[in-house]
Amino acid sequence: MAKYLTQRIIYMVVTLFLIASFTFFLMKIIPGTPFSNADKLSETQLSIMIDKYGLDDPVPVQYANYMMNLLKGDLGVSFQFNNVGVTDIIIKSLGPSATLGALAILFGTFFGIILGVVAALKQNTWVDYTSTFIAVLGKSIPSFVFAGLLQYYVAVKLGWFPVAFWRGPEYMVLPTIALAMFPLATASRFVRTEMIEVMESDYITLAKAKGASWFEIAFKHALRNALIPVITVLGPLVVSLMTGSLVIEKIFGIPGIGEQFVKSIQVNDYPVIMGTTLLFAGLFVAVILIVDLLYGVIDPRIRLAGGKK
Amino acid sequence: MKKSKFFLLLSLMLAISTFLAACGGGGDNAGKDDKEKGADKTAAQEIKMLEAQAIPNMDSVKSTDTISFTTLNNVNEGLYRLDGNQEVVEGMAEGEPEVSEDGTVYTFKLRDAKWSNGEPVTAHDFVYAWQRAIDPETASEYGPYMMDGKIKGAAEITAAAAQKKEYDLNTLGVKALDDKTLEVTLERPVPYFKSLMAFPTFYPQNQKFVEEQGENFGVNSDSILYNGPFVLADWDGSTDSEWSYVKNTEYWDADTVKLEKVTWNVLKDSQAAANAFETGEVDITSKLSSDVVPQYEGDPRLVKWLEPTIFWLKMNQKNSDALKNVNIRKAIAQAINKEDFVNSVLNNGSIVANYAVPNEFVKNDETGEDFRTINGNELLPYNVDEAKKAWEAGLAELGTDSVELRYLTDDTETAKKSAEYVKNQLETNLPGMKINVESVPFSVRIDRQNKQDYDLQMAGWGPDYLDPMTFQALWLTGGGNNKMDYSNEKYDQLIEEAQTTLAQKPVERYEALAEAERILLEEDAAIAPLYQRSSNLLVNEKVENFTYHLVGPEYSFKWTSVK
Repeated sequence: MAKYLTQRIIYMVVTLFLIASFTFFLMKIIPGTPFSNADKLSETQLSIMIDKYGLDDPVPVQYANYMMNLLKGDLGVSFQFNNVGVTDIIIKSLGPSATLGALAILFGTFFGIILGVVAALKQNTWVDYTSTFIAVLGKSIPSFVFAGLLQYYVAVKLGWFPVAFWRGPEYMVLPTIALAMFPLATASRFVRTEMIEVMESDYITLAKAKGASWFEIAFKHALRNALIPVITVLGPLVVSLMTGSLVIEKIFGIPGIGEQFVKSIQVNDYPVIMGTTLLFAGLFVAVILIVDLLYGVIDPRIRLAGGKK
Repeated sequence: MKKSKFFLLLSLMLAISTFLAACGGGGDNAGKDDKEKGADKTAAQEIKMLEAQAIPNMDSVKSTDTISFTTLNNVNEGLYRLDGNQEVVEGMAEGEPEVSEDGTVYTFKLRDAKWSNGEPVTAHDFVYAWQRAIDPETASEYGPYMMDGKIKGAAEITAAAAQKKEYDLNTLGVKALDDKTLEVTLERPVPYFKSLMAFPTFYPQNQKFVEEQGENFGVNSDSILYNGPFVLADWDGSTDSEWSYVKNTEYWDADTVKLEKVTWNVLKDSQAAANAFETGEVDITSKLSSDVVPQYEGDPRLVKWLEPTIFWLKMNQKNSDALKNVNIRKAIAQAINKEDFVNSVLNNGSIVANYAVPNEFVKNDETGEDFRTINGNELLPYNVDEAKKAWEAGLAELGTDSVELRYLTDDTETAKKSAEYVKNQLETNLPGMKINVESVPFSVRIDRQNKQDYDLQMAGWGPDYLDPMTFQALWLTGGGNNKMDYSNEKYDQLIEEAQTTLAQKPVERYEALAEAERILLEEDAAIAPLYQRSSNLLVNEKVENFTYHLVGPEYSFKWTSVK
């Protein structure tokens, strides 16, 4: 197991290094400068600025400098703001995004699993159709539409929750629901399909024959196997939700990282582009590793290290 | 063992959903509390604002955006400030400056005012800030932009730095004669110099404080000194989405300031802003996007004004033979139905512009008349017949029957819709015209503009000071912002006269500038102006004296109060 982990972590570092290098050169291909008033600056002034920030050095030199700093853990300073380090931006804006993403995933998968299990057990009844209908809605309607509807009807009309901002638990409810619709739909569809299959397998028949209760069969025996594909799809979804949803953040005024990432690309804020890309990539490879390890926890037949022996 | 783990996970999820449900109840109560508090706040001098972005930069010599400028304008103060009528009123300077005969030396007397750390605001603070703004080491974007060609010695410092030669910051035309007297020497008379002094780039900074803070200066509300009507509070830096202004009791004119507190929140979505306004969560929204404006048409809470920002098609004469031809340019300028465009595409109160200096922007110092009264709104307006005639003539001169042009524009929703419209108009009204739209991100558009890699470009320009020159200097031969190879000796000469011999004769100066504008549009059709933008936002009716500005900072709260 330890050997397997070490190997995986080495691969992860190599992957991140490649992603960092690739992004760096791609980013330098984008035309334009990171200066917000480039249209007003005279050529003389532009040349002073470019020189001051070392943007006229050859790209390989800039690359080497960046990588050296990266090794020291220095992600650089943002161009958009005054004396704000990229690390600082990431730490401050990742918090709200990660909280919201985690809530949406937990809330979404929890209810998605329940919906899926119920639908599978009551196959082809109105319960099943309702569940299918909810899942189709959740998958096909974009989250910003839910967000807009929730904000207008629940916050403005009914006044149950605050319209926007990020100041405490009650402010998290509407954005969580809006963001949770997608994982909810995804989870419920996968669980339903898998459950139907699993419920027909021999060991379930055996459990039934042994007189296990309905609850025990569904949740203890069947669901565990049905969860494997769910975890496969949810892993990457966790990353994408936790690293911020641009539209949800916009509509609910959440100071998250989704916007930082998109904006940094639009304004050529090189250090922020690199920082956020590395963060997303890092989380992604980490989650893939965790998912692989989780398979083993859920189903002992897929113990990874076992195969090596 | 494993079973227990699984049930642990399950119960954790249950716990969280219970927690969420509990929060729901809490939210309900909190809402009620807010409403009750709201009732008291009618008396309390406090208003709640929305902004579409966080504050990027609170170092006044380095700031470049309206949000930072607005904040600086309320927590700091320069020699002068602008009031609700866009008139220059006293700030750190007491009374009118003494101006030399030739209009190039200004002497300001400073009043007794204090920084928020108790130190007096002196003339040295201005000298320090201005030198810091021009210092190439600071790499300020606005410092050289605002000073070059105006403050003596500024352009020379920038030029020396670009050639990597030595420069001396003390050659900049700003001197402290004593603690309370500031002398500024200009390159040439600048008629709008006083209004320029209200611009944040020219604010004072306390040298000792800035140097003590070093890299830390301006990064949060504790690392800034204040000398304005308010002090900034609870601002944790550029990633913070909430901050507030608190009344500055040490401010020299504190008696005028009624508001105790202005709180700010960032909310980017316009519909969400309107929703927050509806629930009473905020008193004034950020500027609304055009899809939200029609819902509030006729509502007394909708406050709108003409922004002095014009959008036009720049016609680059560098690469295209067709655009070098004045008839082709005239055809393009007259072939777009601007009335229909502002009504059907923009639909947010923007107005048709047949001019290159905005409406409701500047008035003549002597007569009090708007600059637009001279030329009106009739410089080469929409006229399909004239456009077709010019088009035929142009094509004949070029010896061709078709013209293909690239149309460079932003990749925003409005820009794309506008491009569709303009393309359709030009291709319909000018037979043989082919337009290829190229939508690119803003920074790419600017880069291509700087390299003059475009034929037609949809671009906008907003003013940096209260004078037609902020628009008209754009089109000088070889001007830093021309970037379309436009050149006309007559135009250059009129602008030169306005900056020199006529600088101190307001009436003649405006006539010269108006004549230059006429040449630019009517004779040369150098650009095709399309529209002047309007601003729309929602203001709670209990707010009195809501003050907006046309240049630099957007709002002032010095005179605002709650009914």
